[in-house]
Amino acid sequence: MTSPPALTVHQLAKSVPGGRRLFHNLDLTVAPGEIVAIMGESGIGKSTLLNLVAGLDSADAGTISIAGQALDDRQDDARTIIRRDHVGFVFQAFHILPHLTLAQNIALPLVLARADTAASLARAITMLANVGLPGRGGDYPAQLSGGELQRIAIARALIHDPALILADEPTGNLDPETAERILSLLTTQVRASSAGLVLVTHSDCAAAIADRVLVLGPTGLTPR
Amino acid sequence: MTAAWQPPPTTAARWMVIGEWRAHPARLVIGALAIAVGVALGFAVHLVNQTALASFDRAVRTVNGAADLQIRAATPAGFAESLYPRIARTPGVAAASPVVEIVAFASASTTGTANPAPMTLLGLDVLRAAAVTPSLIGLPPDRSSPFDPDAIFLSRAALTAAKKNLGDRITLTAANTSRSFTIAGILANTGNDQAIAVIDIADAQWRFAQLGKLQRIDIRLAQGMNRAAAMAAINARLPADARLVSPENAQASSDSLSRAYRVNLEMLAMVALLTGGFLVYSAQSLSVARRRPQFALLRVLGLRPGALTVQIVLEGAIVGLIGAGLGIAIGYGLADLAVTLLGGDLGGGLLGRGEVHLDFSAPAALVFAMIGIAVAIASSLVPALEAARAKPAIALKNAGDTTDPRHRPAGWPGLVLLGLGGLAALGPPIAELPLLGYAAMALLLAGGVAAMPFLARALLAPLQNLSLPAPLDLALKRLWGAPQQAAVALCGIVASTSLMVAMAVMVSSFRGSVDDWLVQILPSDVYLHIEGAETAGLDPTAQARLAATPGVAKIRFLRQIPLRLAADRAPVILTGQPDPAASIPLIGRTIPVPAGEVAAYISEPMVWLYNLKPGDRMNLPLGGKSRPVFIAGVWRDYARQFGAITLADRDFTALTGDRTRSEAAIDTAPGTDPAKLITALRQRLGPVIGAQAMFAEPRQMRAVALSIFDRSFAITYALEAIAIVIGLVGVAATFSAQTLARTREFGMLRHIGVRRGQIMTMLAAEGALLGIIGVIAGLALGVLMSQVLIHVVNPQSFHWTMDTRIPWPLFAGLAAALTAAAAGTAALAGRRAVSADAIRAVREDW
Repeated sequence: MTSPPALTVHQLAKSVPGGRRLFHNLDLTVAPGEIVAIMGESGIGKSTLLNLVAGLDSADAGTISIAGQALDDRQDDARTIIRRDHVGFVFQAFHILPHLTLAQNIALPLVLARADTAASLARAITMLANVGLPGRGGDYPAQLSGGELQRIAIARALIHDPALILADEPTGNLDPETAERILSLLTTQVRASSAGLVLVTHSDCAAAIADRVLVLGPTGLTPR
Repeated sequence: MTAAWQPPPTTAARWMVIGEWRAHPARLVIGALAIAVGVALGFAVHLVNQTALASFDRAVRTVNGAADLQIRAATPAGFAESLYPRIARTPGVAAASPVVEIVAFASASTTGTANPAPMTLLGLDVLRAAAVTPSLIGLPPDRSSPFDPDAIFLSRAALTAAKKNLGDRITLTAANTSRSFTIAGILANTGNDQAIAVIDIADAQWRFAQLGKLQRIDIRLAQGMNRAAAMAAINARLPADARLVSPENAQASSDSLSRAYRVNLEMLAMVALLTGGFLVYSAQSLSVARRRPQFALLRVLGLRPGALTVQIVLEGAIVGLIGAGLGIAIGYGLADLAVTLLGGDLGGGLLGRGEVHLDFSAPAALVFAMIGIAVAIASSLVPALEAARAKPAIALKNAGDTTDPRHRPAGWPGLVLLGLGGLAALGPPIAELPLLGYAAMALLLAGGVAAMPFLARALLAPLQNLSLPAPLDLALKRLWGAPQQAAVALCGIVASTSLMVAMAVMVSSFRGSVDDWLVQILPSDVYLHIEGAETAGLDPTAQARLAATPGVAKIRFLRQIPLRLAADRAPVILTGQPDPAASIPLIGRTIPVPAGEVAAYISEPMVWLYNLKPGDRMNLPLGGKSRPVFIAGVWRDYARQFGAITLADRDFTALTGDRTRSEAAIDTAPGTDPAKLITALRQRLGPVIGAQAMFAEPRQMRAVALSIFDRSFAITYALEAIAIVIGLVGVAATFSAQTLARTREFGMLRHIGVRRGQIMTMLAAEGALLGIIGVIAGLALGVLMSQVLIHVVNPQSFHWTMDTRIPWPLFAGLAAALTAAAAGTAALAGRRAVSADAIRAVREDW
């Protein structure tokens, strides 16, 4: 039996308040283990597309499925459960909770899903080692650099074996050298997990790690 | 429970809550303390009240024995003893015990103190009392006869007050007669806090001028007897000057003595708790606003909105739990301190100064703890719901202020609440308590706070067009553009200021009115009061002697006796005095008295308690009959909360047959020294009455009255001060949190060239503006609320009215202090924020 696509988007349409249409008839399929980069001008709707895929915003038309589970017509609560169980996130601004230890930050998706705390923390320690920060589970985020914080974010995105990872400008706040190392780490980790990765970026370097690079425009996604 | 309200995962919730508090322990401490103060005050006041009331109730039961029912005389003059055999033969009455009950004094010479020691003297028929009230019978230690006419039995309190031992001689004075007895034994079953003396009934009647009279009959009903039927049968046999009182009536009567005062104090304590609630609301709102992106992250990672709401409310509940636990402990300590320093009635003067034993009440502690937790939860609910409603994708990218200055805050929710408050103020009392008045206060407060965003913007709008220096302009634009945030900072200060102002206006009005009233009722130069003169006083011969004293230009004699009009109410005071219409402070219109009728002037509480008005007629149970009187007018009386009736001198004598008088108002002849006159008057009173006589000049009486007033409001002042301190702490906490949340804004301003001093000026200006708005709103709201206190709560609680007086100098000082405190606090909080590294501040994510 073959695995369902990590992400299926069909005939998606979205307008912003005031009536301006961002996109319509947008189709996208991301296979397990595939990395897709989405580029486009500022304000074209890249982040909005990511929010729609994450179930954080509602589309005007079209369907979205994550790991075979349709988001459409589901209430916010049900979409939250799908997001919790099947999606990982990496943000430009890292968004690491300052008052939790690094291990606790990484284990957060598991504990939110009511997994066993000790097991979750043990897995977070392993993930820390995987992202190159072994033995630092008890440290706090204030002790880390930007690159290290993004490693924590990558570990958190992968800890619960999601089907899909959504990364919004993951290297936007990093210097080129650190960005390169982070992209390399992200690629390695995603490939190892066989999750699909949707990467929204302005950076050609970041887009270079993708299997496919798509450009978002008013008519939808077109290959670059 | 629906899925939306499923609790948050325990581990995540624990990590978030503990992490937040570890990072910001001061916020937890301030929130918990705010709740603790409210709970502590509420619990302490309740504990003291309950303890004092239990002690008072015990005292009443001690004097009454354990009778099923009592017949009590309407006045201390008693009723005819011929009633006793009729009652004893009533069907359903198993046993009846006749009792003489009068106030007696152990003379000062025997106590060795300056003042005579008062005690309740009971005359009992030992054989009959044994069947009804055995606890009142004294037995000699040597088992000798309890029928010895020379024997007297004292309670331990009476023995202590008289400074006597078993076997000593004691001289008691009552009804203008002094008699000596031998202390034959102790009343072992009467407790330690009531001064009681028991002698044989025949002896009491014979020695103390009570022949043929009784003050009460104690009754034990036959077993299995229908109580209502027995009461109906007894009532049918009663003369007009006797009342059948059940233990429930007695309890209601004693409860009514201090009920309004107790409820008012408890409400005041709740006010402090409410102010604490606003502080928790401020803290939680700011905490939630600051952590908006963190909550958004949790939502993105899979925390459901309902679970997020529960988590934030849970934080509030834990703050409440800690505060409540702390509050109960502090409350118990406060109660102990209050009882030691102020007495069982917290200075109210309503329950006497009996010995009070503080008892910890677990159910009451639980109730007050639950109220504290509920206030904390309610205060967290609004911010929690706001956090859950926020769109995670937007919140994640807006770490700071998401307020849109174009958004106009609505004024209608506040106006609706204010309107509802106004309507509630028009409502009648419920169970003789101003519950709707308190609801009106709460609604007005909520309305005022809800209207703050609208009001803040409205007040700042005219300043928008002024050309101001950059820091002031920035401060103004910030407050104008983010009125909701301003309102969060303001709610604590508005709540505490308005409550303080309301109380201050009420107390100032009350004190001013009492002062005016004292001047009106004390026009003479010297006043005489005979202590414990219920059963006797100045007879006509003594009156003539006093009137003839050199230096007396004019003397007016008065008589005051308690008169029981209803079984379940405290007795009213019936006064006879010359020309009452000219000497009492009448309010409103007076009605001409129809020919042949007796004019009576009733005090304000009578209007409320007995639903009477000028032109009505009422019956007074005097001299064994119902005596009709015509109510000619109403007078203001702040001395007797439970009502007073004044008759003309001749009418009083005619209706009661009592020619004795218990008070005198004396105008001195020109050039007379009041002190010398008092000495001369005392000599003319003779040793027996002279020992019970108290002389005072109006100046002293006013000073004493006002000092009693101030003592009874001491607890009120303390509660007000606490409310203000809580409000100021709230302002400090709010500014501190808001300023720290704006570190990035200050970093940006520093980047573009704004000097550190200018930022401090900006923050001080923001603080001062907020302080001014808070003071204006607090003053306006407070004066509005004071009118509810003056015209609704006070008349419904204490049954008297007063004229509004606003203490402007106090308010000017308060306004200046609050504005300066707000500006200073903001600037202090700002110092910390601007000291942060500007670059790091701009880069900071949270």
